[in-house]
Amino acid sequence: MSNLEGLIDPGSPLYEKRKGVYPKAVDGFFRRLKWAAMAVTLTIYYVTPWLRWDRGPYAPDQAVLIDLANRRFYMFAIEIWPHEFYYVAGLLVMAGIGLFLVTSAVGRAWCGYACPQTVWTDLFQHVERAIDGDRNAQVRLANAPWSFEKIVKRVSKHAVWIVIGVLTGGAWIFYFADAPSLMRSFLKGDAPLVAYSTVAILTATTYVFGGLMREQVCIYMCPWPRIQTAMLDEKSLIVTYKDWRGEPRTHGVKKAADQGIKTGDCIDCTQCVQVCPTGIDIREGPQIGCITCALCIDACDKVMAQIGQPRGLIDYCTLDDAAIEKAGGTSKPVLKTLFRPRTLAYLSIWSAIGLAMLFSLGARTRLDLSVQQDRNPIFVQLSDGAIRNNYTVKIRNMEARPRKVMLRVSGLEGARMWTQDGGRATASHEVEVSVEPDSVMKVRLFVAAPRNGPERQPFEISAQAAGANEKGDSDATQFERPEHEEDEE
Amino acid sequence: MAENKRIDEPTGTQTVGHEWDGIEELNTPLPRWWLLTFYACILWAIGYVIFFPAIPLLHDATKGISGWTSQGQLETALSAEAKRRAPITAAIAATPIEQLPANDKLMQAAIEGGRAAFKVHCVQCHGSGAAGSRGYPNLNDDDWLWGGDLATIHYTVTHGVRNPDHSETRFSQMPAFEGVLTTAEIGSTVSYVRMISGQQQPNAASARGAVLFAANCSQCHGPEGKGGRQFGAPNLTDGIWLYGEDRAAITQTVMKSRFGVMPRWNNRLDPVTIKMLAAYVHSLGGGEAAPNPAPAAASNVKP
Repeated sequence: MSNLEGLIDPGSPLYEKRKGVYPKAVDGFFRRLKWAAMAVTLTIYYVTPWLRWDRGPYAPDQAVLIDLANRRFYMFAIEIWPHEFYYVAGLLVMAGIGLFLVTSAVGRAWCGYACPQTVWTDLFQHVERAIDGDRNAQVRLANAPWSFEKIVKRVSKHAVWIVIGVLTGGAWIFYFADAPSLMRSFLKGDAPLVAYSTVAILTATTYVFGGLMREQVCIYMCPWPRIQTAMLDEKSLIVTYKDWRGEPRTHGVKKAADQGIKTGDCIDCTQCVQVCPTGIDIREGPQIGCITCALCIDACDKVMAQIGQPRGLIDYCTLDDAAIEKAGGTSKPVLKTLFRPRTLAYLSIWSAIGLAMLFSLGARTRLDLSVQQDRNPIFVQLSDGAIRNNYTVKIRNMEARPRKVMLRVSGLEGARMWTQDGGRATASHEVEVSVEPDSVMKVRLFVAAPRNGPERQPFEISAQAAGANEKGDSDATQFERPEHEEDEE
Repeated sequence: MAENKRIDEPTGTQTVGHEWDGIEELNTPLPRWWLLTFYACILWAIGYVIFFPAIPLLHDATKGISGWTSQGQLETALSAEAKRRAPITAAIAATPIEQLPANDKLMQAAIEGGRAAFKVHCVQCHGSGAAGSRGYPNLNDDDWLWGGDLATIHYTVTHGVRNPDHSETRFSQMPAFEGVLTTAEIGSTVSYVRMISGQQQPNAASARGAVLFAANCSQCHGPEGKGGRQFGAPNLTDGIWLYGEDRAAITQTVMKSRFGVMPRWNNRLDPVTIKMLAAYVHSLGGGEAAPNPAPAAASNVKP
């Protein structure tokens, strides 16, 4: 009991109210980089589904389309079928290794510039500044009692956020259907329910994560910061407060100088804290809350310029360089920091996977055959003494045009085959079937061969598109006969 | 332990006072929204228990005010499926069996429906792969007692074989020759049958059998032994033997005769299912094209 009472200490509460973060506007190199990243990522997100790509009359003309109903994935000239999903797996592996590469070279750059959570939070904060004013006005408004002005500002801010949320969720659904026609039916109100519910859910998550939760998502909900913490090493560029230059910090530089006290460059203006979108103090050292957006670098550089000190009191710096600089040495050139064995290894793995995928995409056939021997019954005795085996054959025509495909049997002496359509009258060593564009055709193939032969005989069925110089596809299977029993008497 | 609590300097957070090998645990407060989310989950769970069947009782469970049941969900799904199938079923019902193959989609639907119905009603005798067994015909092959075109198969499935209560049923009647022919004569006839089916060389016995065959068997099996579908008489010259091709099995057939029976299905299954079954059996590999002039069913011999 006493232990429990000791644990629940009024001085250290079990739960903590979120501390408001009111980041101040800042300008500088990294802020502009963030603007550029935001423009690029948002443009990609909103514009991509509206790009067109002509694939002929049998395939959709949307450049990027995830067609779940028909199980196709279109990306410009590339069309991926479900059985080729390993290309998507390959892309995901590349994305993973790409993140390793970026993290080991420049730390949490993904978090700081490109992560949707960061981009949308940034967007929401700009909206907030446009309506409520900059940091000080925001703090004043938050502490002010409810008034007509405050209500108007709050309502309009949240309304704009929700509109952004709707646009965000709205853009998402266009990746999964023909964008212009979905847009029309969505506005008319006869789009599928799943479209509306997806937009509703994504509107809610965008509004809650970008407007209300912000840095809480990064600190408490996202696993990625923790994984990146494990991937950073002492040679990764991270945002560093150079305490050996800044400390001891003081407000009163002149007073300290008068008293003969040696002071650092940090004048404790807290600009770095005020601009931080996650509300941390970078001067406490590397920490989980730092998304390395580098806005504190911009803020500090501005102050350093004003007080006539060199820039870079807060700067991108590796832990190794920090140790060197602390000891009075000069840090390594940035290029040498970026290109080191670990990053080069990641880069070569990443490019190897990419090249292998490109090569295999270029070499893949767009006709695929799979032959499955029917197992029940394994063989059928025919009245003329021959033996018949049945096969279920699937022909994938992955081109966006109808094709005639010639199936041939090879390696089975005296074999004749036919399909349900023609009947046995048409039996031959080859059968032509017409396959619809961009679809799988399932054919039951009957193959008859003389009774004399091995009980189990491997052979091959091949498929070749008529008039194509593509190499086609073939599949190995087997022909089975009844056991040979001498029943002569 | 609790007295070891201290403020951790880098984070400014209090420790819980535990220490293992120099590792201490920080008493970092959880964010309040996490607690509120937890409470919201509890509320959700309470709502769930009220709305859905949840608490098991001795013989039953609480019903929940939404009225949802898993059986109900299944019924909804089944009726939706029946509704989806309704136009296909109606189209199959309206199409004469001979014209089914003209509509590829309809034929495929009929075959799939027949496959399912076959698994329920037919596998007991014909086997799950329709390969039959001794006395039960293999439906995959190209040998048919009564005919292998769609209409004929349909007739056979509808009316069955040897149903005494049904006047339209298939009925073939081979006499038992035990007592009609002597044992030696039966032996000669069997030799002849095995000769024409290519199982043995001609010899004196088969020559004697040829005369007996012409006198006793050719009426139904034909002068060449190629069978007669109008009588349900099997072709004796091919490689397929319903009751076995060895001398003992054929001798038994000639002496005792064989009377295979198949139920008629027109008093058990609806017409659409019977059509589907015929389409499925026809699709197994031995299906024949429709004979041009008269449907085979018309010339069925009644007892």
